[in-house]
Amino acid sequence: MNSAKIRDFITKYTMIIVLVLVTLFFTWGTQGKILFPQNITNLISQNAYVFVLATGMLLCILTGGNIDLSVGSVVCFVGAVGGVLMENMGVPVFFAVILMLLLGAVIGAWQAFWIAFFRIPPFITTLSGMLVFRGLSNVVLGGKTLPIKSETFTVLFGGGANCYVPDFLGGGEGLNRVAMAAGIIACLIYIFVTVRGHMNRKKKGYETGNVAAMYIKMIVICAVIMFLTVKLAQHKGIPTSLVWVMIVVLIYGYITSKTTIGRYFYAVGGNEKATKLSGINTDMVYFIAYTNMGLLSALAGMLTIARLTSAQPTYGQNYEMDAIGSCFIGGASAYGGIGTVPGVIVGALLMGIINQGMSIMGTDQNMQKVVKGLVLLAAVIFDVVSKKKSS
Amino acid sequence: MAKILLEMKNITKTFPGVKALDNVNLQVEEGEIHALVGENGAGKSTLMNVLSGVYPFGSYEGDIIYNGDICKFHHIKESEEKGIVIIHQELALIPYMSIGENMFLGNERGKKASINWDETYGEAEKYMRQVGLTESSRTLIKDIGVGKQQLVEIAKALAKNAKLLILDEPTSSLNETDSKALLDLLLKFKKEGMTCIIISHKLNEVSYVADKITVIRDGSTIETLVKGVDEFTEDRIIKGMVGREIADRFPKRHNVKIGDVNMEVKNWTVYHPVYSERKVVDNVSIKVHKGEVVGISGLMGAGRTELAKSVFGKSFGSNISGTLLLNGTEVHLKNARDAIHHKLAYVTEDRKGDGLILSNSIKTNTTLANLDGVSDRMVIDKDKEYAVAVEYKEKLNTKCPTVEQNVGNLSGGNQQKVLLAKWMFADPDILILDEPTRGIDVGAKYEIYCIINDLVAAGKSVIMISSELPEVLGMSDRIYVMNEGRIAGELTQAEATQEKIMACILRSSKGE
Repeated sequence: MNSAKIRDFITKYTMIIVLVLVTLFFTWGTQGKILFPQNITNLISQNAYVFVLATGMLLCILTGGNIDLSVGSVVCFVGAVGGVLMENMGVPVFFAVILMLLLGAVIGAWQAFWIAFFRIPPFITTLSGMLVFRGLSNVVLGGKTLPIKSETFTVLFGGGANCYVPDFLGGGEGLNRVAMAAGIIACLIYIFVTVRGHMNRKKKGYETGNVAAMYIKMIVICAVIMFLTVKLAQHKGIPTSLVWVMIVVLIYGYITSKTTIGRYFYAVGGNEKATKLSGINTDMVYFIAYTNMGLLSALAGMLTIARLTSAQPTYGQNYEMDAIGSCFIGGASAYGGIGTVPGVIVGALLMGIINQGMSIMGTDQNMQKVVKGLVLLAAVIFDVVSKKKSS
Repeated sequence: MAKILLEMKNITKTFPGVKALDNVNLQVEEGEIHALVGENGAGKSTLMNVLSGVYPFGSYEGDIIYNGDICKFHHIKESEEKGIVIIHQELALIPYMSIGENMFLGNERGKKASINWDETYGEAEKYMRQVGLTESSRTLIKDIGVGKQQLVEIAKALAKNAKLLILDEPTSSLNETDSKALLDLLLKFKKEGMTCIIISHKLNEVSYVADKITVIRDGSTIETLVKGVDEFTEDRIIKGMVGREIADRFPKRHNVKIGDVNMEVKNWTVYHPVYSERKVVDNVSIKVHKGEVVGISGLMGAGRTELAKSVFGKSFGSNISGTLLLNGTEVHLKNARDAIHHKLAYVTEDRKGDGLILSNSIKTNTTLANLDGVSDRMVIDKDKEYAVAVEYKEKLNTKCPTVEQNVGNLSGGNQQKVLLAKWMFADPDILILDEPTRGIDVGAKYEIYCIINDLVAAGKSVIMISSELPEVLGMSDRIYVMNEGRIAGELTQAEATQEKIMACILRSSKGE
């Protein structure tokens, strides 16, 4: 490998390299505690809402660096309404879930309507939403905490003591068999898809990339999947919240990279006028981005009230910042048009690991904020500078 | 012989991987207008950036001798102090500031903490009179036309006590009248002792205004032509620029059969989208036949782009009236998508602003207007997309390492080809090409003309809007002349000449 190739590699995988280095640092700093099965399980379930929100935020940011400030309040409001529906009004869990998702989508559509068709700046529209839905949460809950008692709901959305996919393969002692099976199946599917894509390209006579690089990448990814699987299996298995995160990441990863509508998000962020003249309804792209953000906020709201087994008018504060930070750390451009779902997930993981590592090390809460702030800046500086050099 | 004001000796400048300038020599005498010509990417702008200190001393090899001293500029400010002022191709004016504010931006009158506005506006007007501007210096930049903005740039340079004025493509966005006025202004300055270096693609202007012409090709100086000594014709200059004679600047079309009318616009009237009482297109009727190249000529602001965009799915204007017939049936196009479905394409004049996504790859740009063509039920077949991009890259001879390359890194000519590829892949029957060769070099122009010929040979129709008269005359089967939103005349290829087109415009301006 010559120096140019190494530079290319570093530019392409900057954040993954940083993620590895930070993990190594905390492994050393916590004497390996951060890699304990329970801590890895916690890392995932504590940050489930960030993964979900960051994925939605990515779509908004792609349209031109536009952000949604209202997500924290929407998370809180949907949670509050859901809590009231289930606990005070006795609505069955299934219907409550549907109603909450609908509510999220409607809230999203309300904001999206003004942003897309009247071109009210997203910053203002969602700032308004941030105030409105925070206020409404207080009204709905009467300013009080509402405990969520429904066991079905909390287990389903990753809360309470037993929020794991049940080990129906009957492991009992030692490794959780369902988790192991899921991990192995995931690896096999990944290998199958990669190899089949490669074969297809070869068969149709299209250009294929470097085969060795493809296999190395495959081995590394499978190793990471298996490492996490074993860790989860050593604890209690797959947290239910991880299932939701995986569903969201897979669906949106697919939409953004493989579908025409996904391509429109990138196109609008890259050059809206050119996109419009290419016959694409750019207003609709904005509308979808913000409506979808409302929908995913609703899911994040459910994950939040389930995990905390209550609904409170203060929930969801600063969630928008976690989501926005993850996107930018994960390589999304502040001007729009650039960013990927896997990148954003890496960004969210990086923030999560720093959080957890410092908590285990017993760093002061306030200092944690300082470190997170500096990491956000450093990540973006590094990204911008390395991109500038390579061009 | 006059004294040598500037000498650039053996300038070599390398960027990582590329030698942009290779041993370039340039001598400029005091009081002359010296033109630099060359194809895009030949190194003209790089040379001027070396001279003005944009690329600081030490980042290049060779010497700059100005007024007898060796100069080591580290910064633009240092060269400006010596009176070397560069006016860049893209106007660097701030629309919502007044002329006066713009003129002294970074060079403010008065003290650092307290600007003397009276002096600012007073002095601004003094310099504005020198370039023939009669506006108040408190007028906002956005309220004056591009031609006048260019004059403000020159006044701004005068305010910096310019002795050597460098103009990079000063007329690229001006119409013929404004261009002429600007060139005459330069001639007037020359009489007053100013030295100018002018970079231009417009060879007729160069031969009109310049005393000497230095030709740069592939980063080296090829030759310097002197007025009165060497032949000063366009063909002679082109020969130097491309290194061979281009026998025919416009490729011939063979055996293209012109068929029936496939598009007709009748009584088309469009109002301005913001100033809704202003008519920008006024009762225009045009016809286009199958296999025909129809030229639309006219000055800047004649309403040509507005006509094209409003026909293309109402992408411009308000209160549009008139009928559009495609293959004999009347259609109502609501938006660009509709227009594309009806096999229309509009290739914009502003490829960076309205045409391409510069931060995306050639591949993504190629398929943007026809993603359905590479996808199955909304899922993009990436392999097919790649194959399509490669196919068009080869068809149009786009020069790029791979189709994964970002469009923003390509030269103007290659960007134009990507833009054409995008619209050709949308498979239209009628292509409206708006200034298809603006700002691209002679070689690339020729290739674009060949593409146009291939398109009509394949039975498509092309409407070519162009401000360059030779191009319109050389390429069109039929020419419409537009002026002030109206059709001022229609000429066949046989009868059209530059003089007749200008006469149409003048007649219509007088209201006859």
